[in-house]
Amino acid sequence: MITQTHYLVLSTVLFFIGVVGVMTRRNIIIILLSIELMLNAVNINLIAFSYHLKSEIGQVFALFVICVAAAEAAVGLGIILAFYRNKETVNIDEMNLMRW
Amino acid sequence: MGEQLAFYALSALILGCAVIVITAPSAVYAILFLVLDFLFVAGLYVVLHAQFVAVIQVLVYAGGIVILYLFVVMLVNLKRPPEAQRDRRRRSRLGVALSAVVLVEFAAIALYGYVAPEAGPAGGGLSFSNVERVGWLLYTDYLVPFELASMLLLVAMIGAIVLARREL
Amino acid sequence: MIDLIVIPLLQIVFVLTGVLIVVMYLVLLERKIQAWVQVRFGPMRVGPHGILQPVADVLKLFVKEDITPVKADKWIYTAAPIIVLVPALIAFAVIPFGSSVSLFGKKISLAIADVNVGLLYIVAVASLGVYGIILGGWSSNSKYPLLASLRASAQLVSYEVAVTLTFVSVILSAGTLSMVGIVNAQYNSGVWFLFVQPVAFVIYMIGGLAETNRSPFDLPEAESELVGGFHTEYSGMRFALFFLAEYTNMIIVSSVATTLFFGGWLPPFPNLKALAFLYYVPSWIWFTLKTFLILYLFLWIRATLPRYRYDQLMRVGWKVLIPLALANIVVTGVVKVLLGR
Repeated sequence: MITQTHYLVLSTVLFFIGVVGVMTRRNIIIILLSIELMLNAVNINLIAFSYHLKSEIGQVFALFVICVAAAEAAVGLGIILAFYRNKETVNIDEMNLMRW
Repeated sequence: MGEQLAFYALSALILGCAVIVITAPSAVYAILFLVLDFLFVAGLYVVLHAQFVAVIQVLVYAGGIVILYLFVVMLVNLKRPPEAQRDRRRRSRLGVALSAVVLVEFAAIALYGYVAPEAGPAGGGLSFSNVERVGWLLYTDYLVPFELASMLLLVAMIGAIVLARREL
Repeated sequence: MIDLIVIPLLQIVFVLTGVLIVVMYLVLLERKIQAWVQVRFGPMRVGPHGILQPVADVLKLFVKEDITPVKADKWIYTAAPIIVLVPALIAFAVIPFGSSVSLFGKKISLAIADVNVGLLYIVAVASLGVYGIILGGWSSNSKYPLLASLRASAQLVSYEVAVTLTFVSVILSAGTLSMVGIVNAQYNSGVWFLFVQPVAFVIYMIGGLAETNRSPFDLPEAESELVGGFHTEYSGMRFALFFLAEYTNMIIVSSVATTLFFGGWLPPFPNLKALAFLYYVPSWIWFTLKTFLILYLFLWIRATLPRYRYDQLMRVGWKVLIPLALANIVVTGVVKVLLGR
């Protein structure tokens, strides 16, 4: 019997994997990919609750999360491209323009 | 029985692909396993009777956003910079420890802050298909967030174009 | 047990075999039709009038040497053709080839899986096919394929938007996303959606040409342009898979056009009592006939029109087709509200 707790555990572990990815990788693109993993974990949570509470509001919310993820990916990648043109690197340790 | 099998199989695949995403040495492999991950998550949504969100996940997430990532990786990685060098300043173990703290906190919230759920409002009077119910909610109760989301996407589109163009 | 596993398996085997044979002969048909348009004969040697030419082609591609470029990423180089072909094949799962047949006393529907989001499934699966093209060009580790693959994928992604917008207007007219439901809506309204949404049909045909990298939008893969495009470094069976995928995509686009705009398996004017004798022709024959007519249109256009330059291509996609498709949606919506249906 698959209960709500199963889905909660799954989304928590997926979120955890995403957080590890953000904190340990140095390639900024992989950091953005880990953020997408975290957003997916949230979505799984929303859809699982929508299923167990028999209401479609969770799915509507998940659609908005996907929409926001698309906007964030577009702008984030634009920033990365602009940065790459100036400094030729995607290593986040070298993105320290504000440090003197 | 079928639902159990589907859930455990899909969860194992989702978590496995996610681990490969964060530990892959090359960005292209990470992106490919992320696509696979999204496809399995879409499969999980189908198990949860959310067919519309499943197809939108494949269409927008796997078939749109990740293609954008792939494009940027190809434009940025044309010289294949090495990432696999062991950097002294990198503190992976500290990162994992901090993430474990987040995990414990979430687990505590999930297990101890659990309130008995009450059913929320269903999607209108229609009960034909998942798409109709989601559409009903989106266009009646949640119309304002829908319009705001479209404005957000417009702003993001303009922002991405402005940020990524060459200075003329 | 039989209903759950055996019948779908039989349907899948049938459809896949049929599709692969049709694709093989579509290649021959293309060469023949182009030849006849150009007042020559085309392949005539292998078999009577060249009928066995596809067999010869397949044999040639099988025995060709399998070259992998030196610094190419081996796994992705092998996987790219598969990633292009698989979405094209699995899109056939929701296409309704006919109404239903009765075999061995059971009623078998001629659509393998009629999901309630069928049309959106096809769009989603088509958007996955872009990965194979990008990865094919990138993994060849060579300049020209990389540039060509980025161009090809940008073209595909742009025209996907226009095509999806035309689907929205068809969905508005039909009221459902399921493919069988769209055909039933055409039956209920008595006319094919070709007459209800002509602008959408034209935009869809143009977008379909661009989606499948066909003339006049085939700059990314034309031999005289970027040294052959993203499949320059591929040879033998892997090249065959790319080729197969392109023709399978063509059949998918034609089948979807048939279902959405030409009534699927319905005869012309399906509700008229006077034309009820047309129902004696089996439904899948109507479907096949209409699909082949649209495929012939594709081949005809290839033989006739010159190639678009890349910037002209992108301009048409973004500045002409998308505003037209959006205007079509607005007009459809307004008319539906005004007529109260």
